Amino acid sequence: MSAPAVTTPAAPRRAASESPLALELRDVHTYYGHIHALKGVSLNVQHGEIVTLIGANGAGKTTTLRTISGVLHPRQGEVLLQGDRIDKLAPHQIVLRGVCQSPEGRRIFSRMTVRENLEMGAFARRDAGAIAADFDRVLALFPRLKERLAQKGGTLSGGEQQMLAIGRALMSSPRVLLLDEPSMGLAPMLVETIFTTIVEINRQGVTVLLVEQNALMALNVASRGYVLETGRIVLGGPAQELQRNEQVQKSYLGIE
Amino acid sequence: MQIQEEVLQVLLIGIANGAIIALIALGYTLVYGIIELINFAHGEVFMIGTMAALTIVTWVPSLFGVKQAFTLPGPIVALIVLGSLVAAMVTCALLNVVVERVAYRRLRAAPKLAPLISAIGVSFVLVNVGLLWKGPSQLNFPDLLPQVDIFRDWLGINTLVLFTFKDLLAIVIAVPLMLGLHLFVQHTRLGKAMRATAQDRDAASMMGIDINLTIALTFLLGGALAGAAGAINGLYNNSAWAFQGFRGGLYAFTAAVMGGIGNLRGAYIGGMAIGIVAAISDRVIDARWTQVVVFGLLILVLIFKPTGILGEETTERA
Repeated sequence: MSAPAVTTPAAPRRAASESPLALELRDVHTYYGHIHALKGVSLNVQHGEIVTLIGANGAGKTTTLRTISGVLHPRQGEVLLQGDRIDKLAPHQIVLRGVCQSPEGRRIFSRMTVRENLEMGAFARRDAGAIAADFDRVLALFPRLKERLAQKGGTLSGGEQQMLAIGRALMSSPRVLLLDEPSMGLAPMLVETIFTTIVEINRQGVTVLLVEQNALMALNVASRGYVLETGRIVLGGPAQELQRNEQVQKSYLGIE
Repeated sequence: MQIQEEVLQVLLIGIANGAIIALIALGYTLVYGIIELINFAHGEVFMIGTMAALTIVTWVPSLFGVKQAFTLPGPIVALIVLGSLVAAMVTCALLNVVVERVAYRRLRAAPKLAPLISAIGVSFVLVNVGLLWKGPSQLNFPDLLPQVDIFRDWLGINTLVLFTFKDLLAIVIAVPLMLGLHLFVQHTRLGKAMRATAQDRDAASMMGIDINLTIALTFLLGGALAGAAGAINGLYNNSAWAFQGFRGGLYAFTAAVMGGIGNLRGAYIGGMAIGIVAAISDRVIDARWTQVVVFGLLILVLIFKPTGILGEETTERA
């Protein structure tokens, strides 16, 4: 695939060199009411990396992404974007800072057309020319969406909805893209396609934090990974090391 | 009167009244669509709209030193009518935004019963505002509109069907407002943000949409339409009453539910349907039975098609 760069902000609001870390979580504790969902999560993502966060159902992967996006606010700890704290900001302000998410279950706007869904991704932006360029780039990454522009989101197949969800997030021109279970419920062939596209998006300069249950695929495309268990990071390191780790092999890769 | 004339007459009355009902119904359906709250205070916002219009209609002529507005020259009367409409819309739009900010926003994450009770509380508060402002008795809303029988006087058609300038005005004000709302929601950036927020609030926020602002905008629009309905109601029925919000609200709520609450087209259709059914009932049965007929219809809808006529499109969460 040779699509043009999805996003390289023309004038970064802050020089990337100021902090080597695109995103950092420091001892983050998040609650759902009285339920202590994240019990001190620390992780970081460097500029240009794909980092994956793997773990079982209910480990807190989605909670982690929702905390980064500002849908949930940590009761303790800090979320830093290029060294600046963002954990007190509202979700729409975090999008403005350059972090956007393709949420778990896709959450596309099913009664809006594919085109409108993509427009919503660019809601916070005012640069019409650059938006149009990103629109073309997203369609170059996901040519199938092009044929479906006038269709309601809800009429798309699962794979197409996933493409739309990722494309919609890209329309915000994020520097950090959060992907929550992009392979969920998809046929193996489509999973391949989606992961190839994720690598392509990353190559075009977008930093990616990828949450997956499909640890095998995730560790294949990521440079580093973290393992989350019941709200705590229990392992972290280069993806290749994790792939060789016995515990990871047993619990997440299905290798006895 | 021949049967076709009867039918036409009833339809015209129904549509004129239905237009007012539909404007109020839109406020219920807009708010329900976005935060799944039946805003029980909405009928009272409509009442405040009539009061605001009444204030303009009585206060402005006093500036000219006259007691009765209709003694003023025609263009000034027209401006007063327009001014009362705008004043009612602005007042109610701002009022609705304040109500949301004060009484509903903090309860957004609370169990659904909490904002519902809060809404009933706001309703009481607003009725009492109306009572303090204009007193407990039914007031006369000055008749400012020319007494024109459109078919006979303007079109020269010899018919017993009575379609007055007032009827026309109700439709001429209401329909463009409904059309405007439709275009706004379908085609503008903020309108699309409203639809996205209604469909999936979290996902909308993660796309960079300011949820609080979008919800406030929804209340603003709903309030403005209720204000317009209030002004039209005063001009049309020539009465204003602090307790008028209850019936007006209940009819409009019925219309919204009948059309499929959360669905804008449902509110237009429901409003017109209730207007026409009420007009038929007035004519065929008896005006005293009309409320029974309208609420009987609501019960039938709830039993046989609880989602309303266009009910599929209510909020669903992924």
